[in-house]
Amino acid sequence: MMDGTPKPAAASTVISASALNLTFETNDGPVHALRDVNLEVGKGDFVSFIGPSGCGKTTFLRVMADLEQPTSGTVLVNGVTPEEARKARAYGYVFQAAGLYPWRTIGGNIRLPLEIMGYDKRVQAERVKEVLALVDLAGFEKKYPWQLSGGMQQRASIARALAFEADILLMDEPFGALDEIVRDHLNEQLLALWARTQKTICFVTHSIPEAVYLSTKIVVMSPRPGRITDVIESTLPRERPLDIRDTPEFLEIAHRVREGLRAGHAYD
Amino acid sequence: MRAVVPVLTVVAVIVAIWYAAAVWLNAPWARDMAARQDRELGAAELVVDTWSQDKPKLPAPHQVVTELWETTVEKSVTSKRSLVYHAWVTLSATLAGFGLGTALGFALAVGIVYIRVMDMSVMPWVIASQTIPILAIAPMIIVVLNAVGVSGLLPKAVISMYLSFFPVVVGMVKGLRSPSAMQLDQMRTWNATSAQEFVKLRLPSSMPYLFASLKIAMAASLVGAIVGELPTGAVAGLGARLLAGSYYGQTIQIWSALFMAAAVAAAMVGLIGVLQRVTLRRMGLDR
Ligand SMILES: Nc1ncnc2c1ncn2[C@@H]1O[C@H](COP(=O)(O)OP(=O)(O)O)[C@@H](O)[C@H]1O
Ligand SMILES: [Mg+2]
Repeated sequence: MMDGTPKPAAASTVISASALNLTFETNDGPVHALRDVNLEVGKGDFVSFIGPSGCGKTTFLRVMADLEQPTSGTVLVNGVTPEEARKARAYGYVFQAAGLYPWRTIGGNIRLPLEIMGYDKRVQAERVKEVLALVDLAGFEKKYPWQLSGGMQQRASIARALAFEADILLMDEPFGALDEIVRDHLNEQLLALWARTQKTICFVTHSIPEAVYLSTKIVVMSPRPGRITDVIESTLPRERPLDIRDTPEFLEIAHRVREGLRAGHAYD
Repeated sequence: MRAVVPVLTVVAVIVAIWYAAAVWLNAPWARDMAARQDRELGAAELVVDTWSQDKPKLPAPHQVVTELWETTVEKSVTSKRSLVYHAWVTLSATLAGFGLGTALGFALAVGIVYIRVMDMSVMPWVIASQTIPILAIAPMIIVVLNAVGVSGLLPKAVISMYLSFFPVVVGMVKGLRSPSAMQLDQMRTWNATSAQEFVKLRLPSSMPYLFASLKIAMAASLVGAIVGELPTGAVAGLGARLLAGSYYGQTIQIWSALFMAAAVAAAMVGLIGVLQRVTLRRMGLDR
């Protein structure tokens, strides 16, 4: 879908934000959701955004998705404005809640964006099969959302975001509402999926182990005003079994993230 | 099945109260008649008389049932004296008005949801329209339409429409606005057009609201059609039966027309209920 768009100068940069500010005017005065945010996300990166609630993680992701307009500064997605990127269907967005339509089967839900984008019927059917296999839900195509567990529903919503082959995946606390065991399992699957599809993923979380386990780059944020306080490049290998979380290297990165979060608070 | 006993108990209590009320209300007339003939009425005679008068103040249940039986089952449905015929006359206007009202209500709701100017301006008028007593404007609607040569079913249907579009507007505005901000944002991330958003998200989300509105609209339509039959001196329809009955003191006829109207309303609302259950179950919206 992206063949028409020119690649940015630095071919590996997929998302770049510079001097980004976003202030919400509310009845209680202005809320500085994002203050002077600068960030580069390279192609194939898995970037986690971590920070206490209210630090602007969701807002940042929504700016990338053209769901929110910055007050000043620029964001480029695939070298173009977020609006152009959205219209080119450059990204898939996974919300915190699965948000599947109860009146559509799992297959029907995944087909929804494809119908909207005008894929032909045969291609739709192929894509649905492919992405269901990708999230390990093969055979659930004809089931309705209420017949699936919360974790499976969230996987279906990820499949839906993958269906139209956008090369960027924006995920806002997709596993936030799930219990830890399911979450571990989904994290593992998400890494496998990332390795297979080579997508660029921006992932919001407020779990330190989740951020460290998943990411190639961890962006630590802090609130009031919402800003980036640290960007940590992970030294972990791309291949990550779950028990990598017990290695000293993992714990060291986790420690650095925790320090970053603490420093952000001391700023207040 | 467990509901049967309580329901029957309630029905029995109502019937008993009704019979008692018939004795109480019709007794003065029975005593008058007896006094004129210089007769004394015993208690048993009094009761029998109050339950079998020709033009009682309150007919006894069995009198209404008998009248209903005679005017539905024992008359050919094409006969002017068949209650089925009159019910059909009213029902056809009701259904036409219900269809028109639903279409109008739906169109207004879509306008209100999508067009900002309509959102700001239409609702107060819609509400104002319902504060005017229907009995006041029904004759005007009929006179005006008659003046331009429209008579028969249509003027009644227009009055039905006037009453039935309201619940549909209110329900559908709420229904079409029921998708969450997240669902709407999601549509935006897919770069969906307004039409796609409407067909694939807003419309299906509004179904539970639509059916609730349709039930109220159907009942309102029937009231509208009956009211529409009153001022025209209509010769057919349940409204005409009510009116004729009250001219000639035919209380039994009035009551049986009322029961017929209630039965028609219950049947139509029940039909929508069935449609609702089937549709919502199929859509997975009933849980
Ligand atoms: N639409 C909005 N209007 C006003 N304030 C908002 C809006 N969205 C977010 N905010 C505020 O912006 C700040 C950042 O919010 P958010 O990005 O949701 O934080 P996070 O996702 O990190 O928890 C919060 O203080 C929040 O209250
Ligand atoms: Mg958030």
